[in-house]
Amino acid sequence: MLQCHVKGCNANNFPLELQEVVLEEQEAELNEDFLRNMLGKLEYEALVATCLKLNIQDLPPTIPEDAAYNDDFLQKLHHALLETHVITGKMVCPNCQHTYVIRDGIPNMLLAEHEV
Amino acid sequence: MLPTPDLSHLKQADYNHVYEPSEDTFLFLDAFEDDQKYLETLKPAISLEIGSGSGCVTAFVGKILGESSCLKLCTDINPRAARATVATVRQNKLTADVVETSLVEGLLPRLKGKIDLMYFNPPYVLTPSEDVGSRTIEASWAGGIDGREVIDQFLPFVKDLLSPKGAFYLVVIEENKPEEICNILHQDGFDSAKIRTRAAGRERLHILKFTRRTAPEDKH
Ligand SMILES: C[S@@+](CC[C@H](N)C(=O)[O-])C[C@H]1O[C@@H](n2cnc3c(N)ncnc32)[C@H](O)[C@@H]1O
Ligand SMILES: [Zn+2]
Repeated sequence: MLQCHVKGCNANNFPLELQEVVLEEQEAELNEDFLRNMLGKLEYEALVATCLKLNIQDLPPTIPEDAAYNDDFLQKLHHALLETHVITGKMVCPNCQHTYVIRDGIPNMLLAEHEV
Repeated sequence: MLPTPDLSHLKQADYNHVYEPSEDTFLFLDAFEDDQKYLETLKPAISLEIGSGSGCVTAFVGKILGESSCLKLCTDINPRAARATVATVRQNKLTADVVETSLVEGLLPRLKGKIDLMYFNPPYVLTPSEDVGSRTIEASWAGGIDGREVIDQFLPFVKDLLSPKGAFYLVVIEENKPEEICNILHQDGFDSAKIRTRAAGRERLHILKFTRRTAPEDKH
């Protein structure tokens, strides 16, 4: 859900492309209410594109019509959203190529003075 | 009484670099405990804490909401604070996505209008302007003129980030001129309430709560 905010970089800058990623899986309790709540807030295409980069290939290309009651789909969404964590890696802006670093599971979005 | 989150993994040495939960933090926890029913009804899908520091507040809110019921986001400008937040949510068997950034840089416009619950215990102490903007422990308190410089930087984002039903909680002291802050957000279409007040040493702390004036529930 992060986006490049380098000054003057306002187009085609989402989603940031993940590179050299180390993933960690952490089991979390499935909560269907929460997932249904999230359906309206998700940028689903970006999520799928990002997951594909991470070799998580089980999400369908579009949200199924019966998503809210499709257990199989909700389970996959749950896994992608809550159980998959990027521990280290880089996020590269597809427009200006600015690289943001992820370390200890924490993306650093701070820019140097001249980039603000 | 809900228990205070487990912070036993953080040592005095950590608090040389990360804000140690203090009266302001605890007043914030009390305010959320008062609002427990409200939060359970609000059912936030996405929450956001700005300046999460030790992570104490997000761990507490996470306990109220229950794990996996809300995507919890946190930001802090201090890298050590960001790491302390991760450690604290883990220690309390919760999860949160923590981002090292200034206020909400990098989160907009993707999260525009999507945050149902937002809270900030900002650096509110009156200091010279030069002290504002560090990425160290100093960022925990240095608020510049009237202690308002960081708060004022953030206020314009409230209307962008909050969802129609969303609520925003803010810690302030008397010297920050709470009425003025409320007026600024009134102009952006928010109602305000002072939900908790406490005198702690020389500080008179308040918790302010803001919601959109035309909240959907007002319509029926
Ligand atoms: C008063 S402390 C509160 C810490 C914690 N939330 C608590 O209640 O105990 C303020 C926090 O805001 C962080 N902070 C200060 N300026 C910031 C900024 N521009 N962006 C993000 N975080 C900031 C500080 O690093 C510090 O962790
Ligand atoms: Zn860019």
